Amino acid sequence: MSTLTVPFESLARTTSTVNLPVPAPIADADRKGLTKKETAADHPTWCPGCGDFSVLALYFKLIEKRKIWHEKITTIAGIGCSSRFPYFVQAHGAHFIHGRALPFASGVSLSRPDLHVFVFGGDGDAFSIGGNHFNHTARKNIKMTYCVMDNFVYGLTKKQTSPTSPIGFKSKTDTWGAVDQPINPMKQAVSAGATFVARTSATNPNHVLAMMEAAMDHDGFSFIECLSECVEFFPGAFDASNPRKGGKFENMPEGHDVTDELAAYKLAGEPFPGRFGIFYKVNRPTKNALEAGINTAAQAKVAGKKDWEILQATFNRMK
Amino acid sequence: MSDTTTAAVSGGGSGPKLTKINEAVIRIAGNSQDGIQAIGGFLARLAGRSEQEVMTFMTIPSTISGGPSIFQVRIGSGEVLSAGDEADMLLCFYQHSYEDHIKSIKLGGIVLYDSDHVTPKPEWQETYRHVGVAISSLVVEAIGGTGRDKGKNIYAMGLLAKIYDLNVPKLTKLIEERFTGKDTSVVANALTCFNAGYSHSLENLLKTYQFYPAEGKTGSQVVMNGNEALTFGLIAAGVRFGAGYPITPWSDIMESLRRELPKYGGMFIQTEDEISAISMAIGASYGGRVAVTGSSGPGISLKTEALGWASMAEMPLVVVDVQRGGPSTGMPTNVEQSDLNIACFGGHGDSPRVVLAPASVEDCFYTAIEAVNIARKYSTPVIILTDQGIATRIEAFPEPDLAKICQDISPDFTTVAEHKPYDLSAPDGITRHLAPGTRVASGKYPIATGLEHDELGHPTGSPKLHMQMTAKRRNKLKKLGTDLPTPKTIGPNEGQILLVGWGSALGPITEAVTRGRSVGDAISGLHLKHINPLPNGLGEIFKGFHHVFVVELNDEGLYGYGQFAQVLRARYADPKIRGINKSDGLTWKIKEILDRARTLADAVQQGKA
Repeated sequence: MSTLTVPFESLARTTSTVNLPVPAPIADADRKGLTKKETAADHPTWCPGCGDFSVLALYFKLIEKRKIWHEKITTIAGIGCSSRFPYFVQAHGAHFIHGRALPFASGVSLSRPDLHVFVFGGDGDAFSIGGNHFNHTARKNIKMTYCVMDNFVYGLTKKQTSPTSPIGFKSKTDTWGAVDQPINPMKQAVSAGATFVARTSATNPNHVLAMMEAAMDHDGFSFIECLSECVEFFPGAFDASNPRKGGKFENMPEGHDVTDELAAYKLAGEPFPGRFGIFYKVNRPTKNALEAGINTAAQAKVAGKKDWEILQATFNRMK
Repeated sequence: MSDTTTAAVSGGGSGPKLTKINEAVIRIAGNSQDGIQAIGGFLARLAGRSEQEVMTFMTIPSTISGGPSIFQVRIGSGEVLSAGDEADMLLCFYQHSYEDHIKSIKLGGIVLYDSDHVTPKPEWQETYRHVGVAISSLVVEAIGGTGRDKGKNIYAMGLLAKIYDLNVPKLTKLIEERFTGKDTSVVANALTCFNAGYSHSLENLLKTYQFYPAEGKTGSQVVMNGNEALTFGLIAAGVRFGAGYPITPWSDIMESLRRELPKYGGMFIQTEDEISAISMAIGASYGGRVAVTGSSGPGISLKTEALGWASMAEMPLVVVDVQRGGPSTGMPTNVEQSDLNIACFGGHGDSPRVVLAPASVEDCFYTAIEAVNIARKYSTPVIILTDQGIATRIEAFPEPDLAKICQDISPDFTTVAEHKPYDLSAPDGITRHLAPGTRVASGKYPIATGLEHDELGHPTGSPKLHMQMTAKRRNKLKKLGTDLPTPKTIGPNEGQILLVGWGSALGPITEAVTRGRSVGDAISGLHLKHINPLPNGLGEIFKGFHHVFVVELNDEGLYGYGQFAQVLRARYADPKIRGINKSDGLTWKIKEILDRARTLADAVQQGKA
């Protein structure tokens, strides 16, 4: 067959973005932390009173406090009420398809370790349609922060049973009350191999911010379940955890060892409203670091060669 | 040997006669663990190093181990375009290989069989020349009792080397290279087997053959299969991130990318499922550099929702579909061209995308580069529609000039004043995404989204914007269509029959045209690799012919037209367009195409079709 001609120019060695160091959050002393005015984009489409407003406000606060710049933030979401999040943040972001925010975010995180990757979503996105991605992103320990705004109900589609709906919850798909055993997000995360597992509630802003900061600082897949009330379809769901509604916001017990998997699992089994705080936190190499290690080893063998020369060496063996 | 000038070189008395040949088609049949693919690989590489043309064809069972397997290799001094209709020689290791494949050789062809396992049938001994060699026991004799199954293939290659007067020093070197790094006894055993086979007396085989020297071949050739060529094309194009899930016959590509990309500072991720794979690749593309995912039939179905997002968000992406027999699990190790519909139209909503179908192993390399560049230039998903036939067959092709071809597609993070990715006033109408990490001085940042959106990527319910954005996504691909070169006909641009083929049909239709014209048929061919959008000007070409027959490896469908024929009919509304289809899971035989074309032309003329 005749040779096909391709009119491409000769180009220099490809710059690898894989091994870029993650810059420290406070890199540019001249810039002040971004204010809410600078980070707020579209006005949220949530119903008045929705718990998600609080999570958004605290995300703005986190960005300001930790002086993260617009261009370094990547906010990613799937589908659901809470997944509208990226539109409300003045930063790079993507609104992907239902349940697949984690694989999308993994692609960003692995190819761009210089970015802060935050993923926001709801319980349906995380534990139902995207359940398997949750398990695998956790076990691979891909660096990102995942905040699930758990409201125990499908809100965007107007009140169907969600994977975290408690037994007996009357929805449009279970008018007689939900019958299926709900998922326990803390247990799910711990058993899947997540290296940072925390629980908070949108009604306790300081606690939410503390969890977000700790999650951001964790080198690995950091997961936060944030109870966030759907005032429209499951009002009062979390009153038992809200002192202002006569409930009790109970922190982790004194002396809880965050590296103790069994203790975390046991605490996760406490009846609702359960505990709030960091259930589990261990250091295990991230997928990002492991892949970078594979890269370093492979590149050591071809050090000093241009990309085309590496490929040429391979072709020379195929003659 | 087919289409061959035969000339006895040495006559005189005893000694085998040497017959000069242009090409040979050798079918090797055995079981999947006999290493018959290794013989095929050696022969293909030898041909590549001898500046000869080569093409192989193989079938493997979809079981994990065991089961009948064949490898057919066609070596020629001239142009080799298909794996050959009928074999000149059958090398068979078992009774079943003998009985199942005897019909694949031409009358008078040679059957070289392992007499330890094959009992020839008297009725066939008259029609085919039988040569029995006790391969199994001779291997044991040569290298001892252990590992004899391992040596049979190399021994048989020694026999072939003798019969076809192959270049022994080059073959020896190939064997050494192949086993380098293993125990030295492995190399020694292999060479012993080869030499034993080569020096085995074949007195009862009267002729040996010698290839004419190849003409017009200069420069060095590389030898690889289509999946390898595609892999290296992606690397040459600058792709540094990919994600995939194992499925035959796509898996080879992901395995190679996983192994190769780290050398270039990239990575390939094996994901938990097909959906995750495409999502991760899209995420990496969003990160600033076109990424790749791929699969075969069923996996492509799973990816279509995310593909719709890439169309809507206008995200560059390369998706490889190595087609196999479908639907569902279908015939995983057989060839079919039945994913054209899902590639062009699969998905919800109006989701335009680009579809390219490589024509050959060599073309896989260049198509991968073209796909990446179209994805970047038009900010669109591009599907590379290859197939099991190209994926697994080995060809030799001129070595690409890598220093010129390899490209750098690193993202640019230069700060911009302001940015609207979905800018409706852009002169070329094409979306440009900023890689995250890029500062926008205006402080207004874009969102990549699957919702219908405004120019910044924020959601809109505006009917006007939905119409404008839909048109924008459509028009950029129409623009691509006008930029594509109109393909040239194979043979004259006027005549009775025009055979239209796409993707891997190039070789078979080209050869069918040559053969048809050699016996007086007014037949020409047209090959398309740009499937969606189509290049312009095809209608003009069709005008030169009475019949336009679309030759495809898929079903004729409810209305009598294959998948590509339907596209052409919809595009050109020309009743001359008809289909020649088959779904036996095998590549085209030239005879098959010509017979079908003649029959169909007759039927049309008689008003019966």
